[in-house]
Amino acid sequence: MNVTRTKINRAIVVAATIIAMGAVSGCHKKHSGINPNSLGPAETAAAPTATITADPTAIDVGQSVVLNWRTENATTVTIDGIGPVNANGTQTVSPSTSTNFHLTAKGDGGTAEANVRVTVRVPEAPTVPSNENGDMGSDEVFHQNVKDVFFDYDSYDLRPDAQTSISQAASYLAAHPAIKVVIGGYCDDRGSAEYNLALGENRANSARTALVNAGVAASRLRVISYGKEKQFCTEENESCWQQNRRAQFSLDR
Amino acid sequence: MFSPVRTPTHSRARLPFWMTAMPVLLCLLLSGVSTLHAQDWFKTSTSSGASSIRIAVADFKPLSSDPQTVPFKQTFDKTLYNDLANAGIFDVVSKSLQPQATPGAPAEISLAQWAAAPSSAAMVAFGGFSVQGGRIICNGYLFDAKNAQYPQVLAKQYNEAASEDSARQVAHRFADEIIFRLGGGTPGIAETKIYYVKIAGGTKEIWAMDYDGANQHPVTHLGTISISPRISPDNSRLAFSSLGKHGFQIRMYSLLLNRMVSFPEAGGTNLSPAWSPDGNNVAYSSSRTGDPEIWISDANGSLARRITSFRGPDVSPVYNPKTGAQIAWVSGRTGLPQIYIMGTDGSGVQRMTDGGYASSPSWSPNGQFLAFAWNRKYGPGAPGGQDIYVMEIATKRWIQLTHDQGPCDFPSWSPDGRHIVYASSANGRTAQNKIWTMLADGTQKHELTGVGADMPNWSWK
Repeated sequence: MNVTRTKINRAIVVAATIIAMGAVSGCHKKHSGINPNSLGPAETAAAPTATITADPTAIDVGQSVVLNWRTENATTVTIDGIGPVNANGTQTVSPSTSTNFHLTAKGDGGTAEANVRVTVRVPEAPTVPSNENGDMGSDEVFHQNVKDVFFDYDSYDLRPDAQTSISQAASYLAAHPAIKVVIGGYCDDRGSAEYNLALGENRANSARTALVNAGVAASRLRVISYGKEKQFCTEENESCWQQNRRAQFSLDR
Repeated sequence: MFSPVRTPTHSRARLPFWMTAMPVLLCLLLSGVSTLHAQDWFKTSTSSGASSIRIAVADFKPLSSDPQTVPFKQTFDKTLYNDLANAGIFDVVSKSLQPQATPGAPAEISLAQWAAAPSSAAMVAFGGFSVQGGRIICNGYLFDAKNAQYPQVLAKQYNEAASEDSARQVAHRFADEIIFRLGGGTPGIAETKIYYVKIAGGTKEIWAMDYDGANQHPVTHLGTISISPRISPDNSRLAFSSLGKHGFQIRMYSLLLNRMVSFPEAGGTNLSPAWSPDGNNVAYSSSRTGDPEIWISDANGSLARRITSFRGPDVSPVYNPKTGAQIAWVSGRTGLPQIYIMGTDGSGVQRMTDGGYASSPSWSPNGQFLAFAWNRKYGPGAPGGQDIYVMEIATKRWIQLTHDQGPCDFPSWSPDGRHIVYASSANGRTAQNKIWTMLADGTQKHELTGVGADMPNWSWK
């Protein structure tokens, strides 16, 4: 959905750019009509013009695109990334990333420029989510940056390793203000079910308090205790119990 | 009987003074230490002082040829026998020792036959049972076998629509009459219910059953995790805690309307409700302020007020059913959870357990005892397990009721104070829990359910 929207946006940008280019060059012509220089001694050379197009303007990685350019009154014509080219020509290129092809035509009468953008669709690359439109991003990226914190037996005090996770999580959340988080409190399966629900509440609240102290708005954080009712790991050993004694962060969609 | 007595057995020959003095000193030292941890003796209602009454339960006489008479009568006989055997106050004559006769009316019984060895019964329960026109007609008698002149203690007649369930209920009612008459005026528990959590797949629903494990049936169908059922003193409402979108909340089910009724949600985790004995208030754990504390509201959830105020988990409150003026609960304010008691206004906080991991208190109906789950040697690699204990509140002396049957939790007293129901699993896995019952002295343990049953709560009457 988002990818499609981005593509559409980009297509609009490309179209707008082309229209704008046309408008600018049109203005340029008009300007030359009222150029003070033209009121003086007769011009010795006409101003150069330049256009460049790409077909198609959007490709997948590995596909190629044909650039087609026309210039007038130019002595040297260059395209960034390709180098000096003929005044008029076509060339087949296959860029690996989206590229702006910038053409500069220099002549005695001045300089003209033209642009075309070729969009390259990279197949589902994990991109940093953009947050301007309220997007929380993917769960994977979230969990890479906001890691669960683990607790000692019958304790809800944050350990030093948890403090590291919390500061990392806080900076990620600060950079992504659209994200809301639900903090789940969990316990290993030993002891009283009721006491563990209260303990899980304390654990989730410890993590919440640490995030709030690190600058995350409290209104973005919601706490639910699951006690020992939702076991993450069901074996009876310390490594498994440790995995269950945690405050788990999830996107609050 | 419920009186383990310490018997110091130090036999000493004639020895020099210092050698005799040393054991005496040691003895004093040991006894001093042992009062701290001691399994001292005290009496629960199970041991009323008198020895158990020897009672014979005759098979009832079938009094009609209706085809339903025999199967229903067998259900009745079995239920009546088990009720009296489970009561904890009788020495029930084994069926193999008693006369073959099935007297159906007072004129048909030969008391001398029952009073003689090997049955040696002091009391005989007998009667007639028939199904006529779709109804159970049952005449039950209790005779004193040693009183030849005026033997009749009790005579009862029952007339109920015929069904397997009514055959059981009639037996329960007759058993309760006998127990009430012979048990010092304490009503029997044969008509009481046990509410519990049924674990199936990923969900937990609230179920109910008769006190003897019969008639197991679901109460809720919420499709989520519902725990901690607590039945109101008048058997009209069931409070429990259920996982919703915002975590665990107190929920209320009306057993009169057979549907959920509203109870207001509060912030944070809300769990482990407990009824005051007058049914007007509910105490529970709420973390609406960020820390789990004990709160009390009225039965509709209004007028909620906080009772405890200490950092750390506070959970599992239970009222003193005798006075309604005190609450026992579990607090983690000093680390591992311990049992505390306090007034319902939060005053007079007193710690009851001296260490380990203590949870799930249940206050005995006479107000004198707490039953709870306790793991006294909790810690990595330490021996010992989580077992059911009973503590006398006035002295803080305790006894251990379960041993080596796997972790035990959620004790709940029967209304007569003679029984305790609890959950246990041999391998410690919650999903494998079964509900067990025992006498309050730890004897006569037996299972009431199969696996997947947890958190039993015995009705108040």
